[in-house]
Amino acid sequence: MTDTKPKAVRRLGDIVFANLAFFAGVSILATLATVAAFLFAQSVPAFTGPPIDAASEGFFSYVLPFVFGTVYASVIGLAIATPLAVGIALYISHFANRRFAQILGYAVDLLAAIPSVVYGLWGILVLAPFLSPTFNWLNANLGWIPMFAGQVSATGRTMLTVGIVLAIMVLPIMAALIREIFLQTPRLHEEAALALGATRWEMIKMAVLPFGRPGIISAAMLGLGRALGETMAVAMVLSPAAVVSFAVLTSTNSNTIAANIALQFPEAGGNYTNLLIATGLVLFAITMVVNMIARWVISRRAEFSGAN
Amino acid sequence: MTTQLNSSFRGTQDLPKWLSPTLLVSFFLASFGLQVLIASNSDSAEINFIPVAIFGLLGFTVAIYVISRVIEGVRKATDRLVTIMVSTAFSLALIPLLSLAYTVATKGVARFDAEFFTFSMRNVVGEGGGALHAIIGTIEITGIATLISVPIGIMAAIYLVEYGRGTIARLVTFFVDVMTGVPSIVAGLFAYALFVIFFGPGVRMGLGGAIALSLLMIPVVIRATEEMLKIVPNELREAAYALGVPKWLTVLKVVLPTSLAGIATGIMIAIARVIGETAPLLLIAGFTASMNYNPLDERMMTLPVFVYTSYANQGVDMQAYLDRAWAGALTLMLIVMVLNLVARLISKYFSPKG
Repeated sequence: MTDTKPKAVRRLGDIVFANLAFFAGVSILATLATVAAFLFAQSVPAFTGPPIDAASEGFFSYVLPFVFGTVYASVIGLAIATPLAVGIALYISHFANRRFAQILGYAVDLLAAIPSVVYGLWGILVLAPFLSPTFNWLNANLGWIPMFAGQVSATGRTMLTVGIVLAIMVLPIMAALIREIFLQTPRLHEEAALALGATRWEMIKMAVLPFGRPGIISAAMLGLGRALGETMAVAMVLSPAAVVSFAVLTSTNSNTIAANIALQFPEAGGNYTNLLIATGLVLFAITMVVNMIARWVISRRAEFSGAN
Repeated sequence: MTTQLNSSFRGTQDLPKWLSPTLLVSFFLASFGLQVLIASNSDSAEINFIPVAIFGLLGFTVAIYVISRVIEGVRKATDRLVTIMVSTAFSLALIPLLSLAYTVATKGVARFDAEFFTFSMRNVVGEGGGALHAIIGTIEITGIATLISVPIGIMAAIYLVEYGRGTIARLVTFFVDVMTGVPSIVAGLFAYALFVIFFGPGVRMGLGGAIALSLLMIPVVIRATEEMLKIVPNELREAAYALGVPKWLTVLKVVLPTSLAGIATGIMIAIARVIGETAPLLLIAGFTASMNYNPLDERMMTLPVFVYTSYANQGVDMQAYLDRAWAGALTLMLIVMVLNLVARLISKYFSPKG
């Protein structure tokens, strides 16, 4: 048997370039693995070294309130942001006129570009005092709900304020994602619904929302990932305490992992640094899982819809 | 069955076009008038605009729903209700944007002067001083981060679009997406964990900040470049191959130049995204009041950290510190907006027409 196919010419330039590109691609995987490995290596002394004052009762009882605070603040933020994001996306994709919608889209994108430290400054100096009277009203009238119970914070630096700031921060990203998905709704489905005499809302209910549902879910998950890792706005706005508390109007709130690191790290030394890195590793693991689920939902959708 | 049909087709008349805006305005005026009345009767002379908006909107919604339900039928009434809800959601989202822009602009101008851009904070207590050290630090750290991320990002995108097939390419695509979600503080911790190995505990260095930022920047650059490379028509590549051009030269001389404008836009947006990052720089670059031009040596101030520390470590003359924080925030927002604007202009004027 002789090979009759002509051999492809392998040029040096091709080989070098292809390998360069390949290594750049693989370096992404290597980087993520390195991040996990280095964080892990730096966390180990927190467990093996001499005990740390801050975590005298062990690592897990130290990190638990922060994990709770992180998840709780993000969930509040998301509960506020998701319906609003769907509303904004619908408004831009199906209600506003085309030209106006483009400008609106730009305005929403602009919100996404504002640095988190500016949100923090605004949250503490403008939003918190502004919300304070509303908190008093909530506590007085709806205080029987455990969430709104307790001694109302005088400064407005509460979990609810943080949740609202987080909602404002993740809103643009979520709205932009959902908008893109709504715009991909097959035009013929929409026109078919309208041709059958559906009103705009009935068309949206029948054609747009069923098509966009996985997109809404994944956008919410991505927003959750953002909110979980948000640092500065929380560090500046929240008045923290090492407690697990569902009350959202008091001045003793569970801090978030990220904000705790930002507040403690600059002054931390020795083993305390390692302890904080260990909490960072926990945060890394949580956000990785959330993001992976979100991406998995998106990629599944891309397969069955034929869009993208 | 008949009754159902009757009820859903009841009232086929349309509402006149002028009714809805007229009602909206009149309900807001009525709500405002009511508040004025309440305010004049009670001790507080201030008019609270939140109840004005809430009651005005509620009244309008109920009125239009009832009228529409009677005249136009239940389906159109629901449609109007949803339209109002969606528009409300949108306007609600614009309020923070407007409030933020207004606050930063009005409070930022107080110290947005020549001194702010020509002095550092060395030996400054109370009034005066500036953010020159922070601006220099931000330029250096972001510059180094860009130098690291752009080549890696573009090459990785070329791999994904031009070469990548099979499991590894799919893994890379997936993890680039995951990487966009890495919290910025974790990037800072990573840079610290990396530098501790070489320089020992408590290390603070501008270069570390650059490493942390490039970790956040690379996935953004990859995504943007990938999108741009994908829309380069295959005919261009095939034409080059047919002329006997090797693949690597095709990529370098045909594909990349075609998508250059889009890639430049993506890089600008990536820079805009990381230039405002505070948390990682707070951890690894630290903060200082003095100038430091050397990213390999000691603490280096950056603009976002300047804003944070001005707020967090307020001195005796509180207002001076807050004014500097707002001026820093204004500078930062202007930089981000200019970067976004330039990015849009590049993509508008330099992208291939067709």
